[in-house]
Parts: sequence; structure tokens; C-alpha cells
Amino acid sequence: MVGAGHGAGMAAANLRQYGFAGPITLIGEEPIPPYQRPPLSKAWLKGEADEDALTLKPESFYAEHGIDLRLGVRAEAIDRGAGRLRLSKGDDLAYDILILATGARPRRLDIEGANLEGVRVLRSAADAEALKAELGPGRRLAVIGGGYIGLEVAASARALGADAVVIEREARVLARVANQTLSDFFKSYHEARGVTFELGAEITGFEGANGRVAGVRLGDGRLIACDVVLVGVGAIPNDELAREAGLDCTTGVIVDEAARTSDASIFAIGDVTLRPMPLYNRLFRPESVPSALEQAKQAACAIAGRPGPPSEVPWNWSDQYDLKMQLAGLPFDVDEVLVRGDPANAHFAVFHLNQGMIQAVEAVNAPAEFMGGRQLIGSRRVIARERLADPSISMKEVAA
Amino acid sequence: MAKITYIEHDGTEHAIDVKPGLSVMEGAVKSNIPGIDADCGGACACATCHVYVDEAWRDKTGSMSAMEESMLDFAEQVEPNSRLSCQIKVTDALDGLIVRMPESQH
Ligand SMILES: Cc1cc2nc3c(=O)[nH]c(=O)nc-3n(C[C@H](O)[C@H](O)[C@H](O)COP(=O)(O)OP(=O)(O)OC[C@H]3O[C@@H](n4cnc5c(N)ncnc54)[C@H](O)[C@@H]3O)c2cc1C
Ligand code: FES
Repeated sequence: MVGAGHGAGMAAANLRQYGFAGPITLIGEEPIPPYQRPPLSKAWLKGEADEDALTLKPESFYAEHGIDLRLGVRAEAIDRGAGRLRLSKGDDLAYDILILATGARPRRLDIEGANLEGVRVLRSAADAEALKAELGPGRRLAVIGGGYIGLEVAASARALGADAVVIEREARVLARVANQTLSDFFKSYHEARGVTFELGAEITGFEGANGRVAGVRLGDGRLIACDVVLVGVGAIPNDELAREAGLDCTTGVIVDEAARTSDASIFAIGDVTLRPMPLYNRLFRPESVPSALEQAKQAACAIAGRPGPPSEVPWNWSDQYDLKMQLAGLPFDVDEVLVRGDPANAHFAVFHLNQGMIQAVEAVNAPAEFMGGRQLIGSRRVIARERLADPSISMKEVAA
Repeated sequence: MAKITYIEHDGTEHAIDVKPGLSVMEGAVKSNIPGIDADCGGACACATCHVYVDEAWRDKTGSMSAMEESMLDFAEQVEPNSRLSCQIKVTDALDGLIVRMPESQH
């Protein structure tokens, strides 16, 4: 496997659980064994979870299960004809089956001052350590990009006593991923906790003093003073290895429902893939842990000769302050949006419908709406909208 | 260390020493015990860490939050002793705990 992140770690564990007995080698560029990234912007950043909580499996697990974990090594090229992988260190590695699990990397801004000290991104544990060291009482953080990770980091920064401003190009936060009701809700929830927003703002550059960032220059000429910047403007799939080896790729490596690429002996899983979404009849790149885990199972089943897992309803979550946000499904082909509950008391859900069937639900502190919604998305049933919109009828009854 | 016995649906037993402070879910996942998926890593967001707590241990494992209760409400094969194992913190008092796994986590 190339990449020793969340997807690869779980694929290796699944393979052993499913009885695959052949040698497994994990090639990972990062210096530490596979770990979970979600806490890096949430519990870990706030100091509520330690290193142990991040680690997927203890280091001894790999040796005990005959998994050769080669850390600090980069795969440089795939020679498909010879079935060999060229590595940054040591001899080439021969393979019968290859799994690409190279993830994605943060998009960077190509603007003046982008290389100043203190202009940061967040993908790895090392990024998170560096960011955390810069946050504390009185420090001023500027977050570029009002997506989930940006908002989570802003919330964690507030918990650490730092000031936070979120600068977003669109007119609302979460513009690409959520609807207006949620955008408005999250913005005011953050504002009530001291975060400020610059929306519809263009950034022309970062300004510094002595090589360190001191402010963000906006298109209207204003300078937002800050001590540290987090650039959270999306991620780019690490699909270069696959591309150079001639595998089918667009934005990401194209795979089928068994996580197979256009080469039958090469699989790809996780953030690097563009994968079929069975309920939605299209390819998508979910960039989420549940999706990576699903594909880890798909690939491990195919390799171990077991039937694949049943097709899943995609889902995801986000924690900010005391809010637990859970999302299920994908808001494609939506002809109606319905809000259940009241955003004013931070307990509500937004349902996205297509011809009366639920396509997606975004639930805030509303686990029943999330769980019930997820079941209904999977069953493709037409539901009674009046009942769904009426919080006095329990989700259990609505879903029954 | 607290010894926890995880029993798979087919009866396979795994007795593991788990460090206090971890959750019952983390104890299983870190030892690669099949039957607990824990897709959300303990955020109480997925309900794929469902277990049945042995009757003798129900009081000692504490009570459920409203969040946990709602999540479990929609899980399959729920029993009065069902819990989300990521929400049970391991302490010395849980030395000897026995949990059983459902047939599947979906
Ligand atoms: C701060 C943060 C918060 C997140 N929060 C959530 C959340 O709440 N919920 C959720 O579902 N998802 C969340 N995600 C996304 C989630 O972490 C990813 O979807 C998941 O990690 C994908 O797993 P992966 O195995 O595809 O990639 P990764 O876990 O990124 O692993 C890829 C690994 O491959 C290595 N690699 C790349 N190229 C090579 C090479 N050529 N040779 C060797 N190694 C290589 C990389 O260094 C990396 O270690 C979050 C991500 C971040 C960064
Ligand atoms: S691990 Fe997801 S709810 Fe317990």
C-alpha cells in the first residue's frame, strides 16, 4: 500500500481480519504510524485528546500481524509492467496487488506573502502541532476559508483563548457544502462566541514583519492584523503516481464499487479517489473518514475473496463548541428543502428532498434526525413531508 | 490495567488488558478485535460501536447521555443493556467487564 494514513491502516487491519495471509507492506511518507485526522481540528487541538487517542493501532500491532510498516519513505513511481514500486529510500518493491491510499494535500494560495512564517495549513499531525503552538490567550488567528475545518479551528482557537477571524470569498460560510439555513446558524453561533467574519472578501496578499505574517490584505484595501493564518481552502488529491502510471484519473483516481482502478491489480481508496456513489448515480470524491473506511473494506473484501460490503449511505460529522453536526447523504438533485426544529435553540435538521425522497440531511444536535434520515435515504421511500416537518411526531414514527 | 472480555457474535472471546482512560471501544479497536467498527473514532456520531453490557456490569458502566440514547434508538437489535462502547470510559472499577457484540454494526 502506498500511503500509511487512515485508509491504508484500516485496509491492512481488515485484510488480516478477513484472513488474508500474504505479506503486506505499508509505505508512508509521514514519520508516524497511521492515525486519525478529525481530532486535529477538534478535540486534539483544544487539548481534550492526547496522541494515544489519535493513533489507529499501537505500533506493535503491525509487527504482530506481519505488516511491514515503512515510515518516512515516499513511493516515487509505479512500474505496472514489472509490478514494481520505486521508493525514495531502499530497493524497489515488487507487488502483486497495490493499494493507493495517498490522500489529499491542502490547496495553497498563490499570493504575495504565502511563504511567510506563520501562514499555515492543516493536514498532518505535524501541521497540527505547529498550529497549536501558535494559539493561546491573546493570539490573533485569521482563518482563510469558511469550510468545516476552518470553522472547527476557529472554535478550537476560541477555546484556547485566541481571537479568531474567518475570511471567506463567498457571501456565506459553508457555501459549497451546506444550505443557507445552516450557514446563517453557524455564523451567528460563532459570532456569539467571539469569532468575527469577513464574508465576500477577496484576499490580495499576506503582509509581514521580519519574515513573519502580521496581517491579511483584503481586496478593498483593509489590513486584518493577525499573528497566525490558517489557510483552509480545500484539498487536492495526491493522484500524481496514478496519473504518471497511466491509470484513469480526472480529479482523483477513478475507481469502481470494489475500489479497483482501471488496472485490475491496483486498488485506490480514500481521499485520492473519485468513486461511484450508488444512491446518486454519479462519481464523487467524499473526502471523509467513513468513505475511506468503506473503501478500505471494499478493497480488502475483493482481495480476500469475500463479498463486498452493502452499499452505504455516505455520512460525516463535525464538532464545534457544544454542537454536534451530523450529515448523511449528498444534496444532489434537490427540489425541496425542509427544516425540522428551530435553529434558534440549536437543535434542528435540514432535509434535502427529491420528489419526496430524502437525498440528504444535515442535523445539528439532532441525532434522531440524523439516524432516521440516514435510514430513509437508504430506503429511497417517499415520505410525508408534513410529518417530517412536524417535530411533535418523533423521527422513529416518521421513519417507521 | 482493566481486563475486558469482548465476545463476538459467534461466541469467540477476546480478553484484553485495557489502559484506564481509554474507552471500551478503543480497547477493542487498538487490538483489532472484529465486531466493533467505530467509524467516527468515538465522537458518538456513528453508532457502529454498539455492544451489550453483561448484566452484572450494567450499573458500573454508568448512564447514557441523551445523545447516546438517541443514536442507539435507531441502531439494530437494541436491547435494554445496549450501549455505545465509545461512551464507556475504562476505569479500574471495570476490571473484569464483559461485553458482547451484535451480529452486525449496521
Ligand atoms: C483537520 C482535519 C479534520 C478532518 N475532520 C474530519 C471529520 O470530522 N470527519 C471526516 O469524516 N473526515 C474528516 N477529515 C478528513 C479525513 O481525515 C480524511 O478523509 C481521511 O484521512 C482520508 O484517509 P486517506 O487514507 O485517504 O488519506 P490520509 O489519511 O491523508 O493518508 C494519506 C497518507 O499518504 C501519504 N502519502 C501521500 N503520497 C505518498 C507517497 N507517494 N508515498 C508515501 N506516502 C504518501 C500521506 O503523507 C498521508 O500520510 C478531516 C481532515 C483533516 C485534515
Ligand atoms: S465510535 Fe462512533 S458512536 Fe461510538
